[in-house]
Amino acid sequence: MNEVTYQRTAFIAMMVFFIVAPAFIYPVFLMKALCFALFACAFNLLIGFGGLLSFGHAMFLGMAGYAAAYTAKAGVNLTIPFTGMGIFLPPFSTELAILAGVLASTVLGYLAGLLAIRRQGIYFAMVTLALAQMVFFFCVQAPFTGGEDGIQAVPRGRFLGMLDLNQMMNLYWVVLGIFTAGFLLIFRIINSPFGQVLKAIRENEARATSLGYRTDHYKLLAFVLSAGLAGLAGATKAIVFQLASLTDVHWSMSGEVVLMTLLGGLGTIFGPVLGAFIIIAMQNYLAELGAWVTIVQGVIFVVCVLAFRRGIVGELEAWLQRRRRG
Amino acid sequence: MRMKLKALAAAAALALSGGAHAQISGNVVKIGVMNDQSGTYADLAGPGSVEAAKMAVEDFRAKDKSLNVEVVFADHQNKADVGSQIARKWYDADGVDVIVDVPTSSVVLAVNQITREKGKALIVSTGATSDLTGKACSPNSVHWTYDTWQLANGTGSAIVKTGGDSWFFLTADYAFGHALERDTEAVVIKNGGKVLGKVRHPFPSSDFSSFLLQAQSSKAKVIGLANAGADTTNAIKQAAEFGIVKGGQSLAGLLVFITDVKSLGLDKAQGLVLSETFYWDLNDQTRAFAKRFSERMKGLHPSMGHAGVYAGVLHYLKAVAALKSDDGTKVVAKMKELPTDDPLFGKGSIRADGRKIHPSYLFEVKKPSESKGPWDFYKLRATVPAEQAFRPMEQGDCPLVKK
Amino acid sequence: MSEIFGVPTQALFGQLLIGLINGSFYALLSLGLAVIFGLLNIINFTHGAQYMMGAFAAYFLAQKLGLGYWWSLILVPLIVGASGIVIERLMISRLYKLDHLYGLLLTFGIALIIQGAFRHQFGSSGLPYAIPKELEGGQNLGFMFLPNYRAWVIVASLAVCIGTWFVIERTKLGAYLRAATENPTLVQAFGVNVPRMITLTYGFGVALAALAGVMAAPIYQVNPLMGADLIIVVFAVVVIGGMGSILGSVLTGFALGVVEGLTKVFFPEASNTVIFVIMAIVLMIRPQGLFGQR
Repeated sequence: MNEVTYQRTAFIAMMVFFIVAPAFIYPVFLMKALCFALFACAFNLLIGFGGLLSFGHAMFLGMAGYAAAYTAKAGVNLTIPFTGMGIFLPPFSTELAILAGVLASTVLGYLAGLLAIRRQGIYFAMVTLALAQMVFFFCVQAPFTGGEDGIQAVPRGRFLGMLDLNQMMNLYWVVLGIFTAGFLLIFRIINSPFGQVLKAIRENEARATSLGYRTDHYKLLAFVLSAGLAGLAGATKAIVFQLASLTDVHWSMSGEVVLMTLLGGLGTIFGPVLGAFIIIAMQNYLAELGAWVTIVQGVIFVVCVLAFRRGIVGELEAWLQRRRRG
Repeated sequence: MRMKLKALAAAAALALSGGAHAQISGNVVKIGVMNDQSGTYADLAGPGSVEAAKMAVEDFRAKDKSLNVEVVFADHQNKADVGSQIARKWYDADGVDVIVDVPTSSVVLAVNQITREKGKALIVSTGATSDLTGKACSPNSVHWTYDTWQLANGTGSAIVKTGGDSWFFLTADYAFGHALERDTEAVVIKNGGKVLGKVRHPFPSSDFSSFLLQAQSSKAKVIGLANAGADTTNAIKQAAEFGIVKGGQSLAGLLVFITDVKSLGLDKAQGLVLSETFYWDLNDQTRAFAKRFSERMKGLHPSMGHAGVYAGVLHYLKAVAALKSDDGTKVVAKMKELPTDDPLFGKGSIRADGRKIHPSYLFEVKKPSESKGPWDFYKLRATVPAEQAFRPMEQGDCPLVKK
Repeated sequence: MSEIFGVPTQALFGQLLIGLINGSFYALLSLGLAVIFGLLNIINFTHGAQYMMGAFAAYFLAQKLGLGYWWSLILVPLIVGASGIVIERLMISRLYKLDHLYGLLLTFGIALIIQGAFRHQFGSSGLPYAIPKELEGGQNLGFMFLPNYRAWVIVASLAVCIGTWFVIERTKLGAYLRAATENPTLVQAFGVNVPRMITLTYGFGVALAALAGVMAAPIYQVNPLMGADLIIVVFAVVVIGGMGSILGSVLTGFALGVVEGLTKVFFPEASNTVIFVIMAIVLMIRPQGLFGQR
């Protein structure tokens, strides 16, 4: 089967699964998996196609979550110093709150990207980790995040003023819609001219520069896109769980998204979705066993890095390639 | 004859419909014990609370076999997101009818909200924030054991009245620490004292050196520890290292459990003044319970958190049996209606705002020479009667209370 | 009471001393990381877990074998260093030919396994470890009461850092090491066993982490997560100092500890983020770090 058929089939299979699944799987679990799948896909855009390992992606997930939760619950209450003026807005409706989250993570992505892009490889990863830690400690202190308590009792509201999101299935369809939109957007980005240049930069940055491309601009744009989409996942998650907390900005969350993408398959389109699903399922299943979750995640990391670098979908696609060649 | 048949049919229909309302969901009453199983609060709640719940179920079924009861448990790791996900899953998918214990105020506030939305029941034993019967009060929750107001007024006022009139707070930076600091500060000021400063430490912390140094330089007579569990014991140990008590300041452990005294040892903890609402050595009934508990828990003696879980579950089951239903809102209303009577807290009642009322005891930790056996830690200094131990209902801002 | 910039002198010097103590740990840990990165080009994410293992090993030596603090100072780095050598031989060495990012991911995974296993076994609240009798008590310095043990920490880590720097920069062994970093093939051709040198270097870096753990045990509680958040601060220290520069990491470690201490006095809310803010600034002005070579 050729590339396009494979992708179309995989996409249809994925969508059918997500449409049918709520009938026999607890929908809140599915929604969690969908949010993390989008998060992993956004992360994969940067590493799989841009070749940049960000070890601080949690800052986008978490900040967007806080922004969405805060605006949904309390609106905006900003006084601009020295002017006596301010912006005061009532609590946002759900879709606007999610947009506020995406805006927050996009802006953060731009600022972080400006700093991080200056280095490559390991240094890039270290810088993103440290920046994320800065964001974490900011969130611990800032009054609007509620610190250790987080922002609780976030209202789910009505989507576009029509769908009551307190009904479980309404919420599910909205979340699935958001995931699908994000996924398709990433697909378009990867297969666009921009995406091709990105892949060229990943393969050999020096050659790309010599061809006249301003690689720093491309890398920054990829970073910002990845941050914005990660923010979409974070904002949606905050609405689903009606809670924004420090867990979402902690570095262990950054590690988890790396794990999901690595397990699923770096640089594949469907890999992160599968990886996210497996990891969330594993966390759910092993929840009673407490620290075993961390141990299993560590083992998966080690095994993947030593012997399974292409990830599940990566290995699958390689096998299909071999079959195609006969 | 036809009239009689019709009457009989009508009566039968009525009886059947009445029976359809009074139902136990899934034919089993499922109790979920949620707490910290392995971290800062594992000793004062943790597996001990699960055991206490099981003991309550056994004691209830010894007298009344009408209910099937199951106990499950989970570790919330002191995180609000973990706790709220467990609560959702328990209520939505696992058929849990009531959640008990829940230490860590940020978690209990989140679970309180979810319980209310889903119409289930919550019995808080180890969770402390007095907001649970204040602005966060709910018709689906009962706050047993203790709260930050009771601690502040028990320990706080006792210390101020004996000369500790300038305070510096070392506060755990989350809902519980803030609530305890707020309630104690109010008491200190009401009794004519001053608060010279406060510092917030991350929750949980292991190194208090820089915070203790700030407390030292404030020259306050009392350093109030608005934290709990391992945070409190670490702060006390490190204060000894920095010579704080030798330098003339005294430490006020605003929330100290008997398990903390055990981990500190009497030589470090002697002289500490604290408030609890249960002590295993108070009377014959508490001693009998402690003996059973410690046999099951390898020698660990029950803390007031464990006692609250036992008593709360017992009263809950009585209410369910009386109502023949496990509908959360109705059961909690019944729990408020029925007076409480258990071997650990004696006779008491639950107020309209969900607050369980019982006496509060002021203890002082014995010197090593005064202790006659393991776990013989406390001397009773004073008893605050039930009506005065807790914040008056009208002062709580609870929307459930009619003014 | 005298004041400097509106802050009582006692508070200022007290926090500075505490900052120096924290800086000692930053310096020791970033020294180990710099040594490993310099030769292996691997970011050893497991460093925090190995620090924690050092503290636990000290705890067990005391509990099970009755061996006190001074024994632990010698034995624990050897034991944990040996475990590091095993990890290097079995796993890390397979990745030398690949992108260095895989080394980061591998050591991250190993850290998760170790920390998870310890958490599973011991819960996450701390185990007590007593300050050694010889170092109990303290000196009243007038402006603060300095516990003897904490003074020892500063002195000991300074000694170890200076000693390590001396070995690497001024001895023949150190010269071989530095040469192997520049050009391993050539050095191998000269008959030096480069893979063994690499293994031993990794073991040495891990031993340094474990030593820091033993020294930390009496002050911070021995708990499974004690290295987890600390390691990220140490990464920032190494980035500021210049990855691969021994002197850079040590000096930066002590200096940043002091800066953190000062921030706690003047601007306590920022005390956790100040090191990262400095890192951001250094990256903008001098991306290779203060002492790094480009």
